[in-house]
Amino acid sequence: MMIKSRRSFLKVAGIAAIGMGAAPVMNLAASESHGNAGPEITKNEESLHAKRWGMVIDTSKLTEEVAEAVNKACHKAHNVPDFTITPDPEKYPHARTIRDGQEIKWIWPEHFHYAFPDKEDEFLAEKFHDLPFLVTCNHCKNAPCVQACPTQATFKREDGIVIMDYHRCIGCRFCMAACPYGSRNFNFMDPRPFIEETAPGFPTRTKGVVEKCNLCAERLAKGEQPHCVEASEGAIVVGDLEDPESKIRHLLAEHYTIRRKQSLGTEPSVYYIV
Amino acid sequence: MLEIAFKGSKKYWLWIVLLLAVIGAGAIAYVDQFLNGLMITGMSRDVSWGFYIANFTFLVGVAAGGVMVVIPYYLHDYERFHRITILGEFLAVACLIMCLLFIVVDLGQPTRMLNVLLYPTPHSMLFYDMIVLNGYLFLNIVVGWKVLEAERNQVEPVWWTKPLVLVSIPFAIGIHTVTAYLYCGLPGRGFWLTAILAPRFLASAFAAGPAFLIILCYIIRKFTKFDPGWEAMQTLSKIVCYAIIANLFFFACECFVVYYSGIPSHLAHTQYLLFGLHGHNMMVPWMWSSLGLMGLGAIFLLIPKLRNNHALLPVTCAMIFFGAWIDKALGMIAGGFVPSPLHHVTEYAPTLQEGIIALGVYGAGLFVLTILYKLATTVKEEVRG
Amino acid sequence: MSKNTIMAGLAVFVLAVLSPFWFNLITTTQAAPKPELLGKAATAKKCVLDKYNMRAEHMYLLDVWRNSVVRLGDRKYTGTNGQTFNMSLSTGENSCLGCHEDKAKFCDSCHNYASVSPYCWDCHTNPKEIK
Repeated sequence: MMIKSRRSFLKVAGIAAIGMGAAPVMNLAASESHGNAGPEITKNEESLHAKRWGMVIDTSKLTEEVAEAVNKACHKAHNVPDFTITPDPEKYPHARTIRDGQEIKWIWPEHFHYAFPDKEDEFLAEKFHDLPFLVTCNHCKNAPCVQACPTQATFKREDGIVIMDYHRCIGCRFCMAACPYGSRNFNFMDPRPFIEETAPGFPTRTKGVVEKCNLCAERLAKGEQPHCVEASEGAIVVGDLEDPESKIRHLLAEHYTIRRKQSLGTEPSVYYIV
Repeated sequence: MLEIAFKGSKKYWLWIVLLLAVIGAGAIAYVDQFLNGLMITGMSRDVSWGFYIANFTFLVGVAAGGVMVVIPYYLHDYERFHRITILGEFLAVACLIMCLLFIVVDLGQPTRMLNVLLYPTPHSMLFYDMIVLNGYLFLNIVVGWKVLEAERNQVEPVWWTKPLVLVSIPFAIGIHTVTAYLYCGLPGRGFWLTAILAPRFLASAFAAGPAFLIILCYIIRKFTKFDPGWEAMQTLSKIVCYAIIANLFFFACECFVVYYSGIPSHLAHTQYLLFGLHGHNMMVPWMWSSLGLMGLGAIFLLIPKLRNNHALLPVTCAMIFFGAWIDKALGMIAGGFVPSPLHHVTEYAPTLQEGIIALGVYGAGLFVLTILYKLATTVKEEVRG
Repeated sequence: MSKNTIMAGLAVFVLAVLSPFWFNLITTTQAAPKPELLGKAATAKKCVLDKYNMRAEHMYLLDVWRNSVVRLGDRKYTGTNGQTFNMSLSTGENSCLGCHEDKAKFCDSCHNYASVSPYCWDCHTNPKEIK
């Protein structure tokens, strides 16, 4: 583990060196060969691991209250702006308001026929009509957004999470055109005036970059469950899809589940128990 | 050779000043967008590309259309195009510059633009688009300049311009094919997900490009002593005719497939464009005008008497150019994004500020075009004495 | 005539090129401010790099960190002095600003002097400011 991590550190240092002029970083990395141990970069011991993270949403446990709690918990913790509020006139005297439809959503309720437009049944079971299906990034196995991104600002981590490097995004919005689930958002303006209470645990974003659900990678790294799971009163379970013993796999084995737009071959990692 | 651009009539300078004013207005509008973000546009979460990318797509086509004079002249020794090949090449240069500018003004973080080179990503179609667009721009600048310079000095063009011209032909096809691939490789967008998109793009490009070239020929005849040649313009108009009919035919094929198969995720988009969806019908009058303009234009070009009419031809070409613009710029974006992947209907219309920025880009393109055409026509006047 | 024009043009060019020098001649210059170690940082004495490497290479280090955290998910850094840190600018006790509590004195004073404005704080938040 240590050796591997050290190597990955050197690799990253090397990548940085190519871009930034080699000498300083090489010094930094070279201290390793002089006897005393060099700097080491590792994962947190307490972090949660998976071969491929996935999510199961039990729609029988979804109510409007739960959906709203999940939405609030996620958006609050990730500093997702709420454009319905009025910005603090003292801090942001010149804040403009956005146009309708330029909002940002990471996980939000949709009606069945919007969440599953290809499964629109003429005689849909009554209970589905008003059910708040929660939709979010599907962390697809074959993610079209990852394929489209020209800078690898959107990429797939080894553990299956489709995640964004906000530092690198050029804001071309090719990924938004590519995503078949409408899960991506663009910062049409600086979000900060519209964040009522900034959560200290996660950065805000800047204008001009795309953003979306990151499956709470920052929490998994601390050994904690994602915010949506905690707020969902058992409706959402996140776990390792590749581990047959995981809770999520047991749920999948016991229930009939559907995924959004399966026919497109993107292999979504979010399953719905119906 | 550039010194030619500094000598001109009063009208020439007036035009230059006008263009600079338009560019200036666009620049001021852009500074505001740069500082405050793309919130100033009419784009949204559901329609995440708008007027900028629409015009980009259309202008890639006009640029590629230049190849319609290059192929007959260089591959088939069609002598009548000798005088206008340079016009086609320089038109491509101006259009490509506009394309690149439209991409830049569309970026959320334009200062990070070079990340595309810093982290080259071969699985992204934008990577290839960047290569072919810049390659085609480079080829046309070099070839156009060298050939014109040789003409001015009354010598044969240096030998390596010929292979560069030959390379530029697949590049011309390439820029529009790859631009179509940006759209038609996306799994969730039924309107774009069609193998005929690239051929359709090329067909409308080969109509819009030469149509614009004919209009430019008229302007050149009016304002300079250089005559591009009526027969060359006639041949061009035939090319426009075939191409616009091909474009209409391809669109008819699209309509057949979506309406006969009736697959909702494909049908909804065409339905929105032609008849409106859930009461949203902003695009309907535009699309029918587009079809009317292109259809009528095709008829005017088909009938020899009408095609040979000196007064009607520029009008016909303008109809086709504008029709193709609505079809490919407005229709392609609106049709692709409406309805959204979740089948919400969010309509899009550009804002005034977005329009001013776009106008500024067009101003910059026309500025480049004016300068290049000034060089070309002056050299040709000089040579003919 | 043309000789005079050329010489005048040359003089203007040379003046323009040397502008940083004469600008410094006619304005007063100050020594670079030293980052002040306050609060926890004053007593901790152990940082991610030693003082000299820190001065020269903190931006390279941050770049390595950012790639490591965002792209590889590796978030723990153990320095040559054996201390471990949370590779984060401003989240939690064990991050940069968790120890160097005063951003104005630790980052800004020097950045202002050097007239650089890294865009870190467009997104990352200073815990002091958001409270």
